[in-house]
Formats: sequence, C-alpha cells, structure tokens
Amino acid sequence: MADNDVIRCDACPVLCYIKDGRTGACDRYGNRNGQLVRLDPHIVLDRAVSRGDSLVPFLEQSKEWDGNLLGGLEKFVTAIGAGTTYPDYKPAPFIISSKVQGVDMVTVVTEGIFSYCGVKLKIDTDRHLGAECSTVRAQGEPVGHVTTNEYGSQMLSLGGVRHLTGGSRHEGTVTCDTLLNLCNGKPAELVIDDGAKVTVQAGKPPVVDGMLEERMRVGCGSATIGMFAKQWEGKVDDVVVVDDHITGVLSEHQAGKLLGIPETGIRIKGRRSTPGRYFKVAEPGTSWGGTNISDPLSIVEGFKPKIAWPGLRLLMVSTTGEHFAYFELNEQLQPVEKDLPEALQQSVARIRENCEPALCTVLFMGGAGGSLRAGVTENPVRLTHSVRDALTRVTCGGAPVYVWPGGGITIMVDVSLMPQNAFGYVPTPALVAPIEFTLKLSDYGALGGYMDHVRPLESLLNRQKMSAALPDHAHRVGEP
Amino acid sequence: MNQRTQIRFLHDGRRLHLHDGPIDIVLEAFGAPKEIEKAYSAAAERFSSVLDELCSELPDLRKPAGEGTLNGVIAQRMLDAILPYAASTFITPMAAVAGAVAEEVLQAMTEAADLSRAYANDGGDIALHLSAGEQFEIGMVELPETPSLLGTVSIGASTPVRGIATSGWRGRSFSLGIADAVTVLAQAASAADAAATVIANAVDLPGHPAITRVPACELAPDNDLGLLLVTQYVAELSFEEIHAALDNGLRTARNLLDRKLIVAAALSLQGEVRLIGDSLQLMHASEVETRAHA
Repeated sequence: MADNDVIRCDACPVLCYIKDGRTGACDRYGNRNGQLVRLDPHIVLDRAVSRGDSLVPFLEQSKEWDGNLLGGLEKFVTAIGAGTTYPDYKPAPFIISSKVQGVDMVTVVTEGIFSYCGVKLKIDTDRHLGAECSTVRAQGEPVGHVTTNEYGSQMLSLGGVRHLTGGSRHEGTVTCDTLLNLCNGKPAELVIDDGAKVTVQAGKPPVVDGMLEERMRVGCGSATIGMFAKQWEGKVDDVVVVDDHITGVLSEHQAGKLLGIPETGIRIKGRRSTPGRYFKVAEPGTSWGGTNISDPLSIVEGFKPKIAWPGLRLLMVSTTGEHFAYFELNEQLQPVEKDLPEALQQSVARIRENCEPALCTVLFMGGAGGSLRAGVTENPVRLTHSVRDALTRVTCGGAPVYVWPGGGITIMVDVSLMPQNAFGYVPTPALVAPIEFTLKLSDYGALGGYMDHVRPLESLLNRQKMSAALPDHAHRVGEP
Repeated sequence: MNQRTQIRFLHDGRRLHLHDGPIDIVLEAFGAPKEIEKAYSAAAERFSSVLDELCSELPDLRKPAGEGTLNGVIAQRMLDAILPYAASTFITPMAAVAGAVAEEVLQAMTEAADLSRAYANDGGDIALHLSAGEQFEIGMVELPETPSLLGTVSIGASTPVRGIATSGWRGRSFSLGIADAVTVLAQAASAADAAATVIANAVDLPGHPAITRVPACELAPDNDLGLLLVTQYVAELSFEEIHAALDNGLRTARNLLDRKLIVAAALSLQGEVRLIGDSLQLMHASEVETRAHA
C-alpha cells in the first residue's frame, strides 16, 4: 500500500483500498485525486436499473422498508438517476429481477457503456473566436473544438467521449471538470488555438480577451443596411456597416437604390458579392464588427473623384452599434472624422438597442444507452419508440429536452432550466446527469410493462400521490 | 440492525432489495401473504449482520483455501464451494462470496416460512427455492442493448439445480480469463459461483496480444488475486481464436460436469456461445430461434 494515490474507504467494514480513478467493491464510493467521493445522490442509473433497483423521483429519499409488505409503493415510473458510464468500468453480469417476456429472472451481461456526452456552447458574439475546427483548450488540455458560426453567435462543441476518455488522463479530467462547471452554471475559461481567450458561463455574457461582450448583432452588415436605410435617408450620404461576414454599403445596396440614394463613389476593400455587399473586408478579429480593424477607414480604399464630392457625409458603424465613426470629405476627397451629428446618434443607438444582450448558453447533450432504457421498460426499443411517438416524456432534472430524431435516445437540454448542481461526476471521468422518463399509466401498459404489478398500485395508493407521479396527459417531446 | 443496511421494496412492491456495503440482493418469495411476510422479515434479520460477519474474517477469506482459519457460517459455505478446485488452481473463498450470501439469505427465508418458490439474487448469483411441482423460468440476455433473450431455461423442482451464477471479465469481480460471461447452473448458488469463476478463468488464450492484462493489485491493492494478471480488455478476436478460447473453457466445464460439480453451463465470448449440460437444451433451442430472427 505504498502508493500515494491509494486511499482507504471507511464507508463500510470492507475498508477497501482504492486507487485514484477507481471505485471500491461497492461501486458507490471512489477515489478522485486522492479524495473519497460518493457517487450518490444521483443513482448511477445504468447500474441501478440493471440491478433491478427501484427508479424513484428526482432526489427523493427512498423510504426504508418498514416491515409492511405493501409499503413504499408511491414510487412509480418517474425515473431519475444518472446516465453515466465508466470507460474502464466493467458491469457485473447482472440479473434484472423483473418479469421479462414471462420469465422470472434474466441474466444480463452488460457491455461497458461509454459516456457519450458533452455540451454545445452558443456564445453570442461577432468577434472572431477562432477558425472552425480549432481546438478549444481548458487548462491547456484540449476539451473541444470550434464549430459553426451561427447568426450572431459562435458555436463551440465541448466534451464528447474522445476528450473524456480518448486522450490522456489529464485531458479527460480537465474535460470532465469543464463540462461539469458549465453544466452546473459555473464559469469556464477557454482558450482557442490561434484565437481568443473566452470566459463563458451559462446565462451570462461572454468575456472575450478580457472584454465583456454586451450585445449581439441585430443582423449582418447587409441586413443592418436594409433595416435602417430609411432612417438614414437624408441625414447622411453613405453608410458602411462593418461586418466580418458581409459588410454593407448603403449607396450601393438594393435598399439604398430603392430609396433613390445616389452613388458616392466609395471604394471598399474586400470581395464584392452583390451590389453593396462585401466579403472579407479585413481579417477576422475581436474589434469592429468581428474584424481585426480598429481604424474603420482601413477598409476604405478611397472615393472615385468623378462621383464623390467635398462635404460628402459618411457614417461607419459596426453591426452592434458598438463602434461608429462619422466623416466628411474635404476638398481633396479625404475623409475627415467629425463628431457624430445628433440626427445620426439616434440611428446608431437604434442599432445598439436592437441588439439583444449577448449570452452564453449551454446545452447538455448525451445519449441514453440501451441498458438505461432496458431499466425503464422490459423492451428497451419500445421505450425508444414510445419516446418517438411522444408517449413518453423525457426530462433532465425536470427540464424539457429535445430528442434527436433517428435511432436511440440522444437528447439535448438547456442546463439553465435544470436544478442547480444537477450534474455530478464519477471518477472515471464521466458526467452524471439526471434523466427521467415519464409516461401515462395506460401507455406504460402498452409498452409491455409491469401491469400486473401496477394494478395494486391503483387500488392501494392515495390518488393524490398517483396523479403527482403521473402526468395527466402525454407531452410531445421537447414541449415544455 | 446496523445503520448502513438499507432494505426497501422495489417499485413493484413485491421484490425486496437489501443493500449493505458492496452487497445488493434482490429477493422475492411466493406463497401465502402471511408466509411471504415472515420470509421477508427473516431475510432482513439475517441480512443485517452478513457484511459484519464476512468482514470480521476478511483477511483469511482472501487467502487461498486452507491458509486461513474460518469460523463464520457463510465463510464455511464459501470454503466448501471452492475446496474442489483448491488442489488444481489458485482460488480463495472470495470466489464464492456472492453465491454463499445468496444461499444464506434464501435459507433464512425458507426456514422461517412455507414458500412455494423463492429466490435471492445477489448481484447475479442466485439461490433458488422450489417446492414440489414448481419451476422458475430463467432468461439470459447477452447484452442489454439487445432486447431479445439469448435463451431461456426452465428450472423445475425435479432438477437438482438450486443455484445460478455468472462470471466474466466484464463483471464486477476480476477474471483471469476472457469470457464475456459464463453462466453456471449448479446444486447451490455458492457452488455455481465458484464454478463460474473457474470456467470463466479457463476461457482464455494465454499470451495473446489482443488481451490486456494487469496485475490485480495494481487495480485494487487489497484484492485477493494479488499479482495475478486480470483481464482488462479483449480486442476483437478471429473466429478461430474465439473457438479455441471457448474450447479451453469447455474442457474445464466438462471436467466439472463429470465431477458433478455443475449441472450445466453456458459460455459466451464475442457473440459465440457454447452450451454444456442437459438442462440447457431448452436454452439452446430458444437461442437458435433468437439468432434466426436477428
């Protein structure tokens, strides 16, 4: 027992010596970084159901047996526990002691089921956080990657089985920590390779490279032109909405044309897509409209002398209204910065006002494995079908989930709707998340269930408890 | 009753779940309601001291047969179950702990009450009680992802089978072999437990590179297997290799069958199944049918 990483568990008289990252003989206590941790109160559902253990409402303390044969019946179908797995975990050749296909007992040899879970992170920002596919790191360890750019937001995918268990032990531990923090509403600091450092927390604005992101843009540069063209008419000769994706130019834009706004001869860098819309006016960055520019004129090549005129009024503004500058052309047709006229201040404020508060949102994503399903019904695939047919409602800690179409039960849930600290972990590392399947009594019967066992429930249970345990109507999946 | 022990009904209100430390037993008794009540009370009473009894001589239970001094009733059941193997292989009484506990709790029920049928299922190792004319239907599921039963077997009162146990490298206990599961039917749960361990150890391909083995003590410092290499992972094997490994296990199983230590066994490795013993005919037929539908 010379190893430093071995601890002795004193939870029961077996007094197991447990090495770091492993559990004792009971699989209920484990050693995580030298600390004895209890894997409760979330029941490890995979194990619990495989053992034929009871499935109880979320965090409800199960009653001790009081010696009464008919006691303890108020627990019914609503299940919560933890869909968790243990990469090197070897489940026992379990027996499900429930009636299956007219059989009294069933020997089950479960396969090691891995923790297929992670979070999808939506960061409301126009700033460039990193190139698509770039590695996202926490404490220097890869924990995910940059995925698509969505409207006004950058998506990150964190976790997943490859980071949890496919890399080094430290990578797995850090990934688990990061996921756990994000899922439990705590902040996480992420660094993107060749990109930004961003601090994220569910329901809070992101902090990008030390800057608090307050607003998300109302639209791309081109869309902003379209939305506000009318308000600019007559107050300014041209407007450039700087955007890393599509920079808009009022005088060339269809919206400007329709209003009869004359050409100004402005020449913008980048690649012209359609009139008044430019791609790649600069490099992506964390400044003006998600570009790397701090001087807006750096994207203006100049003005065509034949068209432009001295005194021409130009507004340059970012997609969030956060950055703006006002220029007038001098006799040499050089833009000279001036104070923003009162009349335009309103339009800039309007852009800003139309930008919603920037937030980070965290969706937990995970798959309910076959054995988990097997614990809920005698025929796991029927549970899948039942979920598909919206007869069974899946929730995570009571929060509505989105069930992905296709095979299996892969769910996404907004962690901010879940109870605080609803997530746990096992030392493996893997996340422990609550999941419940709720269904009508009649549907439960149709599922091929324990109807012969349910009937006494109806006659013995007090009705209130019954209706509390069972929803009075079936919910469509994803419907709150 | 000690403070750790948890006893409660499962959601069906019929099966009782007993938990203490690493022990989880699900049991059910059949008979007149009054008798069932008596049986459950007796089971709860007996269970309350089981873990303390075992732990009081745990160091000796972890020693190979004959090296320790054992006094407890359950310890004696464990020792009796492993003695037939002690001469030819490394085995400690711990190889039969789950089956012995199941047996002990079942006996407490049947002594206290008049039951038509009863079972005590200790994490997969099951002790059965059958009065004349009664039978149990036992189903086997290879993988929980596969909803179909691998096979079923009827165990009637007229058969000698009163114990069922399963062992494999994926299980909670360590295995020296590579069997995904070896299920054994025997005259008692403790005997089935020990035999399943021995047969599962024999389903093996010694020295094969596809098998990851680690000294047991590296995983669990106080494990009874000490420096012995236990299976941690088995990569995909060819059909010939699976066949050879299963044949190794079958040779051991046949030997145990001939010595009347087991009644029947089912050996499974990477989707291949071998059956031995008469009682498994039904299981076999059903298994063929299941596979035809797959």
